[in-house]
Amino acid sequence: MLNIKVLGSGCANCVNLEKLCREVVTENTIEAEIEKITDYKDIMSYGIMNTPGLIINGKVVHSGKLPTKSTLTHWLMNALANQ
Amino acid sequence: MEKERSKLIIRKIFNRNFIKALPFGKGWDGLLFAVLLFPVWLLLYLNLERITDLLIFSLIDLTPKTHLTDAVWFFVFEVPKVLLLLTLIVFIVGIIRSYFSPERTRKMLGGKKLFAGNVSASLLGIVTPFCSCSAIPLFLGFVESGVPLGVTFSFLIAAPMINEVALVLLFGLFGWKTALLYMSTGLLIAMFSGFIIGRLKLERFVEPWVYQVKAGHLEMEEERIPFSQRITAGYDAVKEIVSKVWIYIVIGIAVGAGIHGYVPENFMAGLMGKSAWWSVPAAVLLGVPMYSNAAGIIPIVQALLEKGASLGTVLAFMMSVIGLSLPETIILKKVLKLQLIFIFVGIVAVGIIIVGYLFNLIY
Repeated sequence: MLNIKVLGSGCANCVNLEKLCREVVTENTIEAEIEKITDYKDIMSYGIMNTPGLIINGKVVHSGKLPTKSTLTHWLMNALANQ
Repeated sequence: MEKERSKLIIRKIFNRNFIKALPFGKGWDGLLFAVLLFPVWLLLYLNLERITDLLIFSLIDLTPKTHLTDAVWFFVFEVPKVLLLLTLIVFIVGIIRSYFSPERTRKMLGGKKLFAGNVSASLLGIVTPFCSCSAIPLFLGFVESGVPLGVTFSFLIAAPMINEVALVLLFGLFGWKTALLYMSTGLLIAMFSGFIIGRLKLERFVEPWVYQVKAGHLEMEEERIPFSQRITAGYDAVKEIVSKVWIYIVIGIAVGAGIHGYVPENFMAGLMGKSAWWSVPAAVLLGVPMYSNAAGIIPIVQALLEKGASLGTVLAFMMSVIGLSLPETIILKKVLKLQLIFIFVGIVAVGIIIVGYLFNLIY
């Protein structure tokens, strides 16, 4: 079970990143829990300064941009393998 | 043959899919592609006037010197010109920006005292990737790591005001002098506004929770990004920015073309000319609530300049449209008290008005 957190409050790319995560997870039948974090205090606690941020199993993987679908799939698969 | 080809090229530039179809994200192949494409770009750019003449007078066969021909010529010439420039500059800026992450910028500003800090923050504002949607985490990150409030503001003023889209449009439509003028006066406004805000010691108007934020230490390795990946960043920037603003540019130039062809000379002199002393503050008042159309507004304003509006007024209008935006101030409300937002907008607006009058005086 992966824990995916999308950090960001309301920006277009933040919404898109969450959508993309759900898409990849369903398409690859990955067991995952996806959370959207919108509170700035919580966002800052991960140390990023650019939204959207992507946290997989508590680790900051990415921030500031929307990754491509293949990159995101790659990250999720990696995280699954390392579990 | 020649006509056919130029027609095809123009159609390709208009076609958004052309940009999307480029082989993005291929690293070194991407560099090779860019190098191969550059001569084509240069050839097209340098011959644009001839191609436009060919199209307008030989192909569609419009009569010269009519209102309609003037307007159509303006549109057919300016749209590909601006889009060509935009693509090239955004590509280069995309590569440059890959060297400046907000994290690195923050580190550079950390120990800086006032003024030296304001100067470097304004300069870094130009090259650090910035989107107003990230203004809050950026603000929090800066303040939390001890960057002084005034220095943070210098950054927040320069970053949106001096951006590549505005500079490309100014360069393409007004010439390099105006672009340079815009950039240097924008920098001065960012430096001095930030400096004044710092001097006024307004920390009490920052929401208290801001100072309680404990930013986590980011463990992301400061990996060395290979240059091929920076090329990819350039392509990504082109894809992202050009696909977002091209429509505004086309619409803006279309309106500008209409003004160019149909509005009589000196029409704007009374309204936005030098003699109308109130035009500068009025332009700023009008400009603050407008934002997203910055790409579309510059071509319109350029056409107005031709019809007798004065440069200072036009410059003030553009700065307030691009630099001060309602959505951004609303976002900032989450971290700043209303008083500080008013002081911030007020100081920057006064700076812009001074610049406007100054240029009306000089030119």
